[in-house]
Amino acid sequence: MPLLEVKNLIKTYAAPGFKRSDPSAVHRVVEVAAFTLEAGEQRALRGESGSGKTTFLHLIAGILAPDSGSILLAGREITKLSEAGRDRQRAESIGYIFQTFNLLQGHTALENVELGMAFGRGVDRAKAVALLQRVGLGDKLGHYPRQLSTGQQQRVAVARALANRPELVLADEPTGNLDRRNAREALQLIREVCRESGAALLLVSHDERVLAQFEQMQDFMTINRALAAPPTVFPR
Amino acid sequence: MILNLIYRSLRQHLLATLVTAGSIALASGLLLTVWVVKTQSQAVFAATNSGFDAVLGARGSKLQLVLNAIFHLEASPGNLTAADFEMIRHQREVKTAIPLAVGDNYQGWRIAGTTEALFTDVEYMPGHRYQVGRGERFFQIGKLEAVVGSYAAKKLGWQVGTTFHPSHGLIFNPQAEQHEETYTVVGVLAPTNTPVDRVIWIPLEGVQTMKGHNPLAATELSAVLVQLRAPEAGMMLNLRLNSPGGRLTFAYPIGTIVAELFNKIAWFDQVLTLVAWLVAVVASGSVLVSIYNSMSARARDIAILRALGARRRTVFGAVVGEAAVIGLLGSAAGFAVFAGLAGSVAALIQAQTGVVLEPLQWNPVFCWGPAVFVGLCILGGCVPAFKAYRVSVAETIAPVS
Repeated sequence: MPLLEVKNLIKTYAAPGFKRSDPSAVHRVVEVAAFTLEAGEQRALRGESGSGKTTFLHLIAGILAPDSGSILLAGREITKLSEAGRDRQRAESIGYIFQTFNLLQGHTALENVELGMAFGRGVDRAKAVALLQRVGLGDKLGHYPRQLSTGQQQRVAVARALANRPELVLADEPTGNLDRRNAREALQLIREVCRESGAALLLVSHDERVLAQFEQMQDFMTINRALAAPPTVFPR
Repeated sequence: MILNLIYRSLRQHLLATLVTAGSIALASGLLLTVWVVKTQSQAVFAATNSGFDAVLGARGSKLQLVLNAIFHLEASPGNLTAADFEMIRHQREVKTAIPLAVGDNYQGWRIAGTTEALFTDVEYMPGHRYQVGRGERFFQIGKLEAVVGSYAAKKLGWQVGTTFHPSHGLIFNPQAEQHEETYTVVGVLAPTNTPVDRVIWIPLEGVQTMKGHNPLAATELSAVLVQLRAPEAGMMLNLRLNSPGGRLTFAYPIGTIVAELFNKIAWFDQVLTLVAWLVAVVASGSVLVSIYNSMSARARDIAILRALGARRRTVFGAVVGEAAVIGLLGSAAGFAVFAGLAGSVAALIQAQTGVVLEPLQWNPVFCWGPAVFVGLCILGGCVPAFKAYRVSVAETIAPVS
């Protein structure tokens, strides 16, 4: 059984200024008939800006609820969970790496990693320290994000994503804010730590250099049928 | 984890935290001061009787009589004759009767004439008699001697051997002529924390026969301070002496009469209390505004926490908790504000009346006051917390691609 199995997933948005009850104003952002990811697999999805990649990841992470369809993660139907249930699922099973790192500025590197554990299985300081050491920041535990370079900040974000021992790591343009060298190192690091922890990795990007690193790469256009039907209603 | 989030947020917004907690501290200090001074002054003033049960004076206001004879604040409503004193002294219900004559001052400090019995026979509080320092003594009848209350002596810088000329009238007038008589201080009373501490005591006939006073009034008194053998005796004297058409006023019981004063100025208490509560509400509103204004900047942090798995109720609790902690910090600092404010008010009251308040004495408001403030802050925190609760993770955390 695959770790992640998506079926007939649909997510629509109403155009700004319109009600959802107005069918002409509602457009589909995500329409995925089938998508699977095996445990431990690492796959990249290629897609341009506005192609619905982030929305797709948000749906898998339970940040958004779909209009219809099914998302099975490790055999558990996410779409049937309440919002609090999806929060718990995310806290316990999913790691998320953002393009903009999204570290909390008032927290140190160590505290940011601990936050990745806090809402799931609980804080394990020794493990947080070990993770930061693993990403090469063992000497920056007490540093605040503003005291770290962008590459180091992304390393903290990687450590945080792995902090709750996730089964699935979602990476949304994780190298988009990094220079070429840092991007290559960050990507390598993400793939290594996911491999070491046994977590599957689903990465979305539009950067061909990033995508070229993956053996398993898929064009998001081929799985998101919503792209074939662009919005016909524009904001008033 | 919530505590950690609260701590980090407070630290991250340190200036706003300090300013908001400061406003809570001022409001809390004000409320505590108003409440403590109000309740304690009522209790202390009502209990201040200098050891007497009643006051006999000329027909007039009982309150004026008590304020004049016990608190040494007001003018006497009129004079009594020596026969009136003898009459009350010989009532079988009366244990002790001490005559009092007023009408002079020294630089505004009241001079009162009385007999030595006030110092030797009367306990101003159960188990406490008036005392003077070692080598000092009370005045002797017939001599130009004075015993000075501790507070007056301290403020005037007087000690044994100091001489002075009384001035006529109860209110100090620099242009007024001083009496010829020269009085010498022979004793300074130990502090009693009563209005007696603000008085310069001289022998009764000193006031009565002071040169310049009306010789026809040389045997008249301002009031008689009365101790009863039994409390219920006061009711009978009350009926007898306060009968319609009489020329005497028997002010009894003193505590009830003083309480009337507080009833008369109850509106002022209410205004003060209302102002204190309004300040409290405004200060609590400042918590709301302070946190609410920072919510836009915090929305991203909240969205990150939510993306990491924090539930809506967790972020709601963290914001409310932050408001509660600001309330707690402010209330704690409010005790320092209270100590300063109440100390100043108590010193002012002592200077004006001789009555000593002890603001730091236990008062229930020390518990419910801070609790109310924390509660108000929590209420104020609910508004930004609701905003935090509604933060959209998807829209806040990352650009949609």
